[in-house]
Amino acid sequence: MHNKLDLNNLKNEGVENVSSQERRDFLKMGLAITGIFAGGTLFSAVSTFSRAHASDFAKKYPYKPHYSMVMQQHRCIDCERCMEACAATNKVPKAHGAYRTTILEKETPDALGGKREFIPVLCNQCNLPQCTRVCPTKATYKDKTHGIVMMDIKKCIGCLTCQEGCPYNARYFDEHRHAVDKCNFCWDTRISKGEKDTACAHACPGDVRVFGDLSNQEDRVFKIVHQIEKAVWVLRPEAGTRPNVFYTKG
Amino acid sequence: MAHHHTTPTLHGLVTGVTDRLKTAGTGFYLMVLISLTLVLAAAGTGLVTMFKGHEAYYNVYREVPWGVLIATYVFFVVSSTGLCLISSIGHVFGVQDFMPIAKRSVFLSIATILSGFFVIAFEIKIPWRMAIYNVISPNLTSNIWWMGTLYGIYLAFMFAEYVFLLMNKHTPAVICGFSGSVAGIAAHSNLGAVFGLLMGRPYWQGPYMPIYFIASAMMTGCAVIILFHILGYKVNRQQMEPEMERALEVTTKIGILLICVILFFTTWKLIAGAAGQPNGAWPVVQSEVVGHHAFIFWFFEILLGMAGPLMLFILSKGRNLKLMLIASFSMVIGIFVMRYNLVYLGQALPVYYDLGVNEFKEMLHYFPSLYEWIITAGGFGLTALLFLIGEKVFDGHKVEHH
Repeated sequence: MHNKLDLNNLKNEGVENVSSQERRDFLKMGLAITGIFAGGTLFSAVSTFSRAHASDFAKKYPYKPHYSMVMQQHRCIDCERCMEACAATNKVPKAHGAYRTTILEKETPDALGGKREFIPVLCNQCNLPQCTRVCPTKATYKDKTHGIVMMDIKKCIGCLTCQEGCPYNARYFDEHRHAVDKCNFCWDTRISKGEKDTACAHACPGDVRVFGDLSNQEDRVFKIVHQIEKAVWVLRPEAGTRPNVFYTKG
Repeated sequence: MAHHHTTPTLHGLVTGVTDRLKTAGTGFYLMVLISLTLVLAAAGTGLVTMFKGHEAYYNVYREVPWGVLIATYVFFVVSSTGLCLISSIGHVFGVQDFMPIAKRSVFLSIATILSGFFVIAFEIKIPWRMAIYNVISPNLTSNIWWMGTLYGIYLAFMFAEYVFLLMNKHTPAVICGFSGSVAGIAAHSNLGAVFGLLMGRPYWQGPYMPIYFIASAMMTGCAVIILFHILGYKVNRQQMEPEMERALEVTTKIGILLICVILFFTTWKLIAGAAGQPNGAWPVVQSEVVGHHAFIFWFFEILLGMAGPLMLFILSKGRNLKLMLIASFSMVIGIFVMRYNLVYLGQALPVYYDLGVNEFKEMLHYFPSLYEWIITAGGFGLTALLFLIGEKVFDGHKVEHH
């Protein structure tokens, strides 16, 4: 076989001709793949595994605009302005367990450096939502245009199967609305009225929540999701719901 | 084979029922009064919670939205399906030994499913919307939708079957019984799928639930048939006929087999949740077997629900009615807790557990409120009430001899 690659006889091109930028990029790529960052954060196994998923999901954007959010997790300081803005904008009742978005706190006592991080969570507006599949009356449905998982509250019988189906604890029963309530990316209160971002993203002083259109290559969300230098992941990829809320840090 | 059947007149029926009610003892009326009180207390409580908001009265919460009322509903529809399936061996599939249990079992399958609907009406937040939007906005991918619809069809068939059995019209009774069994299996396996097809709930997820639900229904059916037939003869203060004794003997034998089947299922469920310590299931199995839920699991589900009754049924040889009564009563308690365990444990692990966040590091706890218990008791009260009234109105559900 004449075409077979003969490694022993390959000419050594040398490293002296490789620019430092190329070298740096190569190094970054390696580090990104193993998930070990200069910051020393300990999430290597999770991030590399999940990133494969994140890019898989990113391949297909059936909605126009395909609303999505990226959480720049490292920027969150748990000031809770997002939660306040959400509750005020969307009339979320002041009751125990009633919220559309919240911030979870994770501590890693044996981590070097910072030991605490905050993880904002909300409805992931999944591409394959469990909640809409299990709803007996189509009271919750995925909007065919913008892909947001919506509620038609007059149809909600309050069986709460959607709450059981949601892998993200994103739903609660609102006694005032007499229906299950959830985040709809502020569709009725802001986005449908021409606003460009959600109340939570708008209120966030740390630019944690980046809201945008994943089907638009010029959008910030698109650009953060479509790069390989920083790990991008989703929560609970094993539930198979193809979420549209992504996470990144570092 | 002459029919002893004569077409009853309305006056005759009324006189018969009146006579039977007049001759009933104070014990009977005391039981009716207690059952009725439970039903009324539950209905009153349920209506208050419905209009004032469940939140203030029930202990279910955002992370554990399903509690004892769902478990009770599952228990009653499991019982109903089991009554239908086990009794169909005789009056649908023609096994003579099972014939005598037909009427009472079909009647009780209606009574138990009505009790299930009674309880679920106070569990679902806005049940009247269900009546409208299940019809005009059906979601065909929803197991809840299929379960509700199929149980509606099932109830209609079981009702028609009972009427045909009363009228002694054999062929339409068999057709309705067969159709009811098919609808019952479809409905009940869909109820299993309500739990089993939730992707984010590893303890429930998989094909196990629909299969387990059917086997479990048949086991429950045996327990309920034995319990209520022995009680029925006590209520009517009658000596059991040899045919009925034989029917209960074969039901006991099937019961023994089905307890073994469910013990086998349960064993493998636990092993599957332990081997390789799968995410989502392993902490639940730990709490079930050795953790905070272990006593409830071992004492109620295993000992009262299965192991104890298995021994008693074997000792009874299917003929010692006292042992069979104790065993079947113990089973009913154990199986009720079994349903509670199934519903609670599937939710016990927070969905964000593996994320390791402070908010969701521990298993979630739930214990029913007084109001939830009252409604649960009302479900049992309704079955008891319908059973007691049924015994007098339908004269011990006697099967006509041919």
